[in-house]
Amino acid sequence: MSALLEVKGLFAGYGGIPALHGLDFSLEEGGVTTLLGANGAGKTTTLRALCGMIHARGDATFAGKRLIGMQTEDIVRLGIAHVPEGRGTFTRMGVEENLQLGAMTRRNGGDIKQDIERVYDHFPRLRQRRMQQAGTLSGGEQQMLAIGRALMLRPRLMLLDEPSFGLAPLVVREMFDILGALNRAEKVSMLLVEQNASLALSLADTAYLLETGRIVTSGPAAQIREDEGVRRSYLGY
Amino acid sequence: MELLGQQILAGIATGAIYACMALAVVMIYQAIDHLNFAQGEMAMFSTFIAFQLMLWGLPYWIAFLLTLAVSFAGGVLIDRVVFKPIHDAPILSHVVVFIALLAILNSTAGFIWDFTVKSFPSPFGSAPLFGSSLISAHQAGMVGVTLLLLVFLFVFFRYTRIGLSMRAAAANPVSARLVGVRVGWMVALGWGMAAAIGAIAGILIAPVVFLEPNMMISILLYGFAGAVLGGLTSPAGAVLGGFLVGIVENLAGTFIPVIGGELKLPIALMLIVAVLVFKPSGLMGRTVVQRV
Ligand SMILES: Nc1ncnc2c1ncn2[C@@H]1O[C@H](COP(=O)(O)OP(=O)(O)O)[C@@H](O)[C@H]1O
Ligand SMILES: [Mg+2]
Repeated sequence: MSALLEVKGLFAGYGGIPALHGLDFSLEEGGVTTLLGANGAGKTTTLRALCGMIHARGDATFAGKRLIGMQTEDIVRLGIAHVPEGRGTFTRMGVEENLQLGAMTRRNGGDIKQDIERVYDHFPRLRQRRMQQAGTLSGGEQQMLAIGRALMLRPRLMLLDEPSFGLAPLVVREMFDILGALNRAEKVSMLLVEQNASLALSLADTAYLLETGRIVTSGPAAQIREDEGVRRSYLGY
Repeated sequence: MELLGQQILAGIATGAIYACMALAVVMIYQAIDHLNFAQGEMAMFSTFIAFQLMLWGLPYWIAFLLTLAVSFAGGVLIDRVVFKPIHDAPILSHVVVFIALLAILNSTAGFIWDFTVKSFPSPFGSAPLFGSSLISAHQAGMVGVTLLLLVFLFVFFRYTRIGLSMRAAAANPVSARLVGVRVGWMVALGWGMAAAIGAIAGILIAPVVFLEPNMMISILLYGFAGAVLGGLTSPAGAVLGGFLVGIVENLAGTFIPVIGGELKLPIALMLIVAVLVFKPSGLMGRTVVQRV
């Protein structure tokens, strides 16, 4: 079986300054792959390159389709939902409008209503705030809204950019439990980018370690967790 | 007291002109985040198209609808051909193109239809309304059409998916792309709608100020004043602002003797400056509530 997402020799950068120097990695259908790395390693850049938000070179194949060179709007239509760095909330719109926007590429109105209810079942706090302006939500609630908005696409693959960033430990735990449940119950594949390695490794099955735009270590999550070097530099024990 | 009431009524009548224009201004501002200085000339040009269609013998309402369609297409075309290519250019480049567009439309209209003043029919007639000399049937009709348009826009932006997409594209284009909104086309749609609303404004204004290539120059300034006063992000605010500008202008002209007819335009400009200094979001503009 071939991988759902297969990346080979991915290069990208900003204004002529390279940030990624030829990444190779892959993700199995139904799996959770994590890209770990310190601040500035190139994790966000990788996700941006995959969704056509910045210019990139190399190969990235998703379910047999070449992503490099495609428009972001068309990549979304393949079933790739990106939960971006900074959460990408439509701050001046209502919570429910944010969710409706997540389903913008879908047609069937009735299904969309049901899916909104499903998101509220996952995140009951969003239901209480459904009519509230999204910019007034707390950081954790906005992250839940961002994940909910991504779910509204009924994605095959979710790209998650540091969902734990800036959140209280309890909220983070709750969020990762929900992500795990989504992955198991709805078979959503996930590419998870994190600085918090122990957290990411608890959810992922495969891990890659990124340093200044290059992959330096990779393997099954369980094995990476035991890796002496990784433990010392990233897990702190 | 009676004079005050009458002047307010007269102000509403002129205000309808500004309100209609302000609505078009806000429409485009929502889509592209800039004021379109060529908006008035676009509306004028559309009005000439309606004029030409009627000259060719089409009935009023057919000419009206056809003009809306042509204007919509024209707006989309202007975006695709002129503004999309300079999308990432600095704001000053946009201003220059707006002014070029203004000049081109103005002189083309002058070239085709010449600069003589032409009368333009009203679908509502020009009889005084209820025998009052302050507001004519046409002006009352204008108030009605403006309010109808407002309701239409409200429903469109609030309750339709495409309206929601347009708002998303304007508020946060990066996130909008990430949910699959075709941002470029939403901007083009905004141009088309603004052009069509401008056409309605022009067609309704022409019976009052008469049709000629320069008919919109000062009206656009009043429209800007109305839009800024009401809040550039709010269609309802723009309409309210337009009416208020009309009322203020009339009251000032009547009750402050030194102002008279000549100084009415500076009042609009002063209003713009005052609002921008004291309440930049306008009367009904949205102040963003945000937690950081
Ligand atoms: N918008 C940008 N413009 C210029 N350089 C950027 C931009 N975003 C990121 N970079 C640079 O690219 C490199 C990788 O950044 P990034 O992908 O954001 O790292 P990470 O997400 O792993 O923290 C860094 O050197 C960073 O400074
Ligand atoms: Mg990052």
